[in-house]
Amino acid sequence: MPAELYLNVAVAGILTGLVYGLMALGLSVIFGVVRVVNFAHGEMMTIAMYVAVTLFSAFHLDPLVMMVPIAAVLFAFGYVLQKGLINPFITRPEHSQFLLLVAIAIIIVNVLLILYGPDAQNVQTSYAYDSFQIGPLIVDATKAYAGLAAIVVAAALFSFFQYSTVGTAIRACADNYTGALVVGLDVKHLYALTFGLGAACVGAAGTILLLIFDVTPATGPAYTLLAFVIVITGGLGSMPGALIGGVLIGLTEAMAGLLFTPSAKSMFSFGVLVLVLLFRPQGIMGKRAA
Amino acid sequence: MIARLTDGVSGRALVLLAMLLAAAIAAPLFAGDYLLTVLILIFYFAYVGQAWNIMMGFAGQLSLGHALYVGLGAYTAAALYVHFGIGPWIGLLVAVPIAALAGAFVGFLAFRFKVSGVYFAILTIAVAEFARVGFDHLSWTAGSSGLFLPVKRNAGNDLWLLRGSPTMFYYVLLTATVLAFLGCRSLLKSRIGYFWLAIREDEQAARAAGIDTFRYKMVAVVISSAMTSFAGVIYAFYYNNLFPEQVFHISRSIEIILAPIVGGIGTLFGPVLGAFILTGLAETLTSTLAAVGIDLPGAKQVFYGICLLLVIMALPDGVWPWLSRRIGIKERGQ
Repeated sequence: MPAELYLNVAVAGILTGLVYGLMALGLSVIFGVVRVVNFAHGEMMTIAMYVAVTLFSAFHLDPLVMMVPIAAVLFAFGYVLQKGLINPFITRPEHSQFLLLVAIAIIIVNVLLILYGPDAQNVQTSYAYDSFQIGPLIVDATKAYAGLAAIVVAAALFSFFQYSTVGTAIRACADNYTGALVVGLDVKHLYALTFGLGAACVGAAGTILLLIFDVTPATGPAYTLLAFVIVITGGLGSMPGALIGGVLIGLTEAMAGLLFTPSAKSMFSFGVLVLVLLFRPQGIMGKRAA
Repeated sequence: MIARLTDGVSGRALVLLAMLLAAAIAAPLFAGDYLLTVLILIFYFAYVGQAWNIMMGFAGQLSLGHALYVGLGAYTAAALYVHFGIGPWIGLLVAVPIAALAGAFVGFLAFRFKVSGVYFAILTIAVAEFARVGFDHLSWTAGSSGLFLPVKRNAGNDLWLLRGSPTMFYYVLLTATVLAFLGCRSLLKSRIGYFWLAIREDEQAARAAGIDTFRYKMVAVVISSAMTSFAGVIYAFYYNNLFPEQVFHISRSIEIILAPIVGGIGTLFGPVLGAFILTGLAETLTSTLAAVGIDLPGAKQVFYGICLLLVIMALPDGVWPWLSRRIGIKERGQ
């Protein structure tokens, strides 16, 4: 019996971890191309979660359906944010960019607090209490759908960067900024596009995550930290790394929640972060910094 | 002694500083209860801002986890008082080494393994968060249900046990701010100060010039964390209640860094000016909103965010470097 319990918790942790990975993927894409660390990442995710809550209470749309329009809304938000506020900062020192995004994060958290209040909100789907049984394994339907949706979105993003012309152009900007300018790419537009894509990722992740967790304004900073822990574990700027890091952290949290107490689970992900920073600072999939 | 302190300061700056200090000393005579609590907050932020500035402003290491040192100072002194009846000034002798040790731990992890820049900032957040969750589960300090200090009503001012009126806390914090200001000034004028500035400007060049960068970055973290923990001790005895969720929270760390950033990173007067501007404006906003009858939790933080945004966009070096040029005072190291 205990072996099955561990297996069930591990699978649940991995599925949640896939959604974490999708969230962190957005952060990694933004850093990999624009070289700006999005300190407002978790806060942007809570925006998506609240949009989903609002839409759900108005139209009772399933989060998996709302995922696409909400990702589009967040894309527009990210595009405008990069073009309007962040772009003048890309040549400024690191701490200056960091503080700009801290300011944006503070504003988002507290505007959400004013609009929605401090209480936890969620969506109740018809399949909230369903589960699948595969042999000895019992999987929550919400977590199974969430993990699956995260994989689909991540795959779409991978193929966009790999096969489309715009995706190739964005990768060119990331590889060689000056070179991209020389061949006539509109780098400013491509940067805004990338930031928008990163925001869309986190928008989709937030909508999916609503199947599993409640949202309060205060969860924003916690998700930002979680995203950092994941991308540093997986390798900042590496797309597969973000997903692998997400799964690893999801698994760690689930196991820590089972073996110790759920409220102490974040201590263990910070522990993983410290270990990674010490022994493999570039992350699991990261390349050594030049 | 006086000659050394005033060495290289223009007459105009001295007169202004003396006037400010006189006004600050006389303030409790004129200020009402509310204004006094605002002034206490201002000097609290001026003091911790000065301490944070040693790391970021002088040595160029961005710490976003200074709530860790405030919390360790607060919890150590409070727990010693609650459990053993040990007063805050003796407690300080335990709290400061503990915080300094924590600072040394963070510094060692980071600098020995060449964790720098944004990675360093995230490491400092992670350690502070680790402490927050840890203290939530530490029963000796009452965990998440909070640690409360016994309060006696109308027992008069007891400076030794830090039990007393806001006026007493005001003078304690004012003294701390003045001492921190003078201490930072002499640090900045010393050999170590020049080494720090060299590291901040270009670490590789500093190392090439023969500066033991690891050692001096460690010195910066240890001094900064030790200084910050004193603010924590005062915090504990002023508020008389401690919750890990509040004391160690990331938003506390961010509050600490706002004043020196708005005032001017790396300047001596910046943290003080920044604390006056931010706390002053925020309290004006809160009381105005309250007077109009609007109760919006979060409005103050939105205001902080907008202030930070505007300052970073318009005056990336902070208000003080701009203001000091306007009034014709030049600070060293600018």
